[in-house]
Amino acid sequence: MSNNPGNTYILQMQDIVKDFAGVKALDGVSCDIRAGEIHALVGENGAGKSTLMKVLSGVYPAGAYQGHILIDGKEARFKNPKSAELAGIAIIYQELILAKNLSVLENICLGQEAASAGVIDWGKNIDIARRVLKQVGLEVDVTIKVGDLGVGQQQMVVIARALFKRARILILDEPTAALSSKEADVLLGIIKELKAQGVTCIYISHRLGEIFQIADRITVLRDGKTVAVKDKVGLNEESLIALMVGRPLHNLYPKDSRTAKDVMWDVREWTVDDEVTHKHIDNVSFQLRHGEVLGLAGLVGCGRTELVMSFFGLWGKRSKGTMTLNGEVLEARNPSATIAAGLSLASEDRKRYGLVLEQHIQSNISLASLLKIASYGIVDEAKEIMAADGYTKDLRIKASSIHQKTVQLSGGNQQKVVLAKWLMTKPKVLILDEPTRGIDVGAKIEIYQIINDLIKNGVGVLVISSEMNELLGICDRILVMSQGKITGDMPSAQATQEKIMAYAVGK
Amino acid sequence: MRQWRQYTMFAALLIIWGIFAWLTHGVFMSPRNLSNLFLQTATVGILAIGMSFIIITRNIDLSVGSGVALAGAVAAYLQVNGHAPAWVSVAGALGVGLLIGLWQGFWVAYQGVPAFIVTLAGMMIFRGLVLGVTQGATIAPLLPDFKIIGQGYITSSVTIGIGIFVGIALLTAFFLKRAKQIKYGFKVKPLVIDLCVQLGILALVLAFFAVMVANRGLPYAVFLLFLLALIFHFVAANTIFGRHLFALGGNPDAAALSGINIKQRVLVLFAVFGLLTGLAGVVMTARLNAATTSAGQGMELDVIAACVIGGTSLLGGEGTIAGAVIGALIMASLDNGMSLMDTNITYQYIIKGMILLLAVWMDMQGRKNR
Repeated sequence: MSNNPGNTYILQMQDIVKDFAGVKALDGVSCDIRAGEIHALVGENGAGKSTLMKVLSGVYPAGAYQGHILIDGKEARFKNPKSAELAGIAIIYQELILAKNLSVLENICLGQEAASAGVIDWGKNIDIARRVLKQVGLEVDVTIKVGDLGVGQQQMVVIARALFKRARILILDEPTAALSSKEADVLLGIIKELKAQGVTCIYISHRLGEIFQIADRITVLRDGKTVAVKDKVGLNEESLIALMVGRPLHNLYPKDSRTAKDVMWDVREWTVDDEVTHKHIDNVSFQLRHGEVLGLAGLVGCGRTELVMSFFGLWGKRSKGTMTLNGEVLEARNPSATIAAGLSLASEDRKRYGLVLEQHIQSNISLASLLKIASYGIVDEAKEIMAADGYTKDLRIKASSIHQKTVQLSGGNQQKVVLAKWLMTKPKVLILDEPTRGIDVGAKIEIYQIINDLIKNGVGVLVISSEMNELLGICDRILVMSQGKITGDMPSAQATQEKIMAYAVGK
Repeated sequence: MRQWRQYTMFAALLIIWGIFAWLTHGVFMSPRNLSNLFLQTATVGILAIGMSFIIITRNIDLSVGSGVALAGAVAAYLQVNGHAPAWVSVAGALGVGLLIGLWQGFWVAYQGVPAFIVTLAGMMIFRGLVLGVTQGATIAPLLPDFKIIGQGYITSSVTIGIGIFVGIALLTAFFLKRAKQIKYGFKVKPLVIDLCVQLGILALVLAFFAVMVANRGLPYAVFLLFLLALIFHFVAANTIFGRHLFALGGNPDAAALSGINIKQRVLVLFAVFGLLTGLAGVVMTARLNAATTSAGQGMELDVIAACVIGGTSLLGGEGTIAGAVIGALIMASLDNGMSLMDTNITYQYIIKGMILLLAVWMDMQGRKNR
């Protein structure tokens, strides 16, 4: 058992119950963390992971929940996040919380600057900051602005900040969600490194591959209860998923058998420059055929998202090249004309580009199709309700009614609302950028089934994803991008993760 | 949530009225004073209707006070110095308003200058133009046909007719809406409760008309205010334009990707608001029977306060027309009531400021507890 550095518990959570207006988000959760281990916490969305972490990090103060938290065997009662931090618990959220306009140094010591009489002792801070940066393997000038760093490096800064505050227990909530697989690998390496230095980690992720790569033990939550605490040894992805969803899932990637037919979408010599970032889409050509799901792989920053945004005129300054849809040339470079011509894009960032969160499901679904259900500029609400109702049922969006605000929905249901919005535009081709990011296994499978149905109904689908397994599982053909160019194009039957990776790094 | 907000604001309005009625021994609630109060609300109310859209799209307009003065000054100049008929004066004021809106809309939407700056500049520019048009003097008196817009009353018999029509329309709309909700399977409250609320609203509306009739009839300016409120309420809820404004205020990135031409929408909105500014200028100038150099000074703050009190979120994407009108009524009630009581102007400002602060604070508490 060299993986288990000891059996002393650094952190114990006992029978934690937390309810919101009578609804139990946590219903007697117990979870013991050994000192120096990497402990994975898994479960579907809504299983209670985030609530548990909020209890642990003092967001919900002692008294707002029932049960006990023990640190080093002694009961801890956190009044607020600050007191949890002082006890050595640091939480690294999914979304990065950094002041992008400040330097790496300022971000690292923000809130706990070494100072005397209110005057910051920069020399001392720099020394500590350099030390913690070294711990996370980030070699950058401490005076560089955080905004100038890549997302992966920013993630390291966040962890360095936690170490600066002498965190002993690091909670990482989906830390790789925004990272490319290469950056994610680096991060996982660092976490192992930190473990070797005695830092305990609680690792939350939907990416089971990562969990099997680094975790020592795994706690599975379902419906607010602990259903299993197990050693990684003896588990596999399938058995873990079965524990998470409460039933065995036989096919993670449902895919119809089908054959590709004639070309429906033809992009040729597509070139876009962006003067601001000096990024570049370089002579991209590809074809999407009737009856196939086309995948687009590539590392984050390779230009995948920029490429599809440029079809709508939302990225880049100048564009050359041609695009035809069912033989018709598409000249326009603005969203409304492109959507009208039959191309729709569900963005990777559903909160930023997908939903008007404060509005209800009905107006979100109809937003891009108002012209279709209006006459003389006046919206026919009857038609709107029928459409929204229909899609809500078809896509099985779980909500109290179509008048529920989208901000209150789970990630998977939000994603379905975004899909419904774009389906209502009756697209010929639907582009899905990271359609399953941050949503749970059950919802993922439902999204894959929706994609299957779309193909059956003659819609072309282009899927962009960082998860290679997903692309291999659901696509018929896979394109690989690297530095703004298409470097690979292969049927998925002949593709492997290694092949895709080789093309993605540009060989 | 929005509905709840409107009800609480309406309740606040009634409480304020009750307090003033008590403090003034009933003078505040006399038909004559209430009619006066609604007349006082007209200018700020018309502006608040437009301003709430501006704020919903995450913009602001600080220039309305100067804009109103400029439109009024041009209207007065045309009839007094230019001997133009009343309708030409009105058209002139609306034209000035439209130009103001297009000018500011161009800078905000197409040049990307923050609305705060564009309209702060506008506030100074238009005030300068007011001084130019009036040559620093008051322009008066105005034509009777023009004055009627701000001072005239619809005859009592016609007012009664309008009241009956509105009452029937309200009830019809209620039953149509309810039938539609049931048809599409939405949850509806029991008919008795819904009907009671509806009858309560009807009673208030009829009381309003009764008060107007008891005085001298419905003022034209008040009629105009409610007509505009109705039109823009419809625009907000049922037109593509209105939907687009809420969407781009709520999330501009998502709105752009959904094919909404944000720049064009914002330009059109500023143009529409310009027209409303022109109209408010006409109403204000007609009521005062004069165009002065200092007209409308500080009015932008009353208008913004009315919107905010009425539940318009400065973060964008949220707000209602009814709320804005209620907000304007609250602001005017404070002015009117404290003037009746002869409250020192020092306290008038302080109390208005405190009410604004409290209203927003209460709103934030309400949101937190949601």
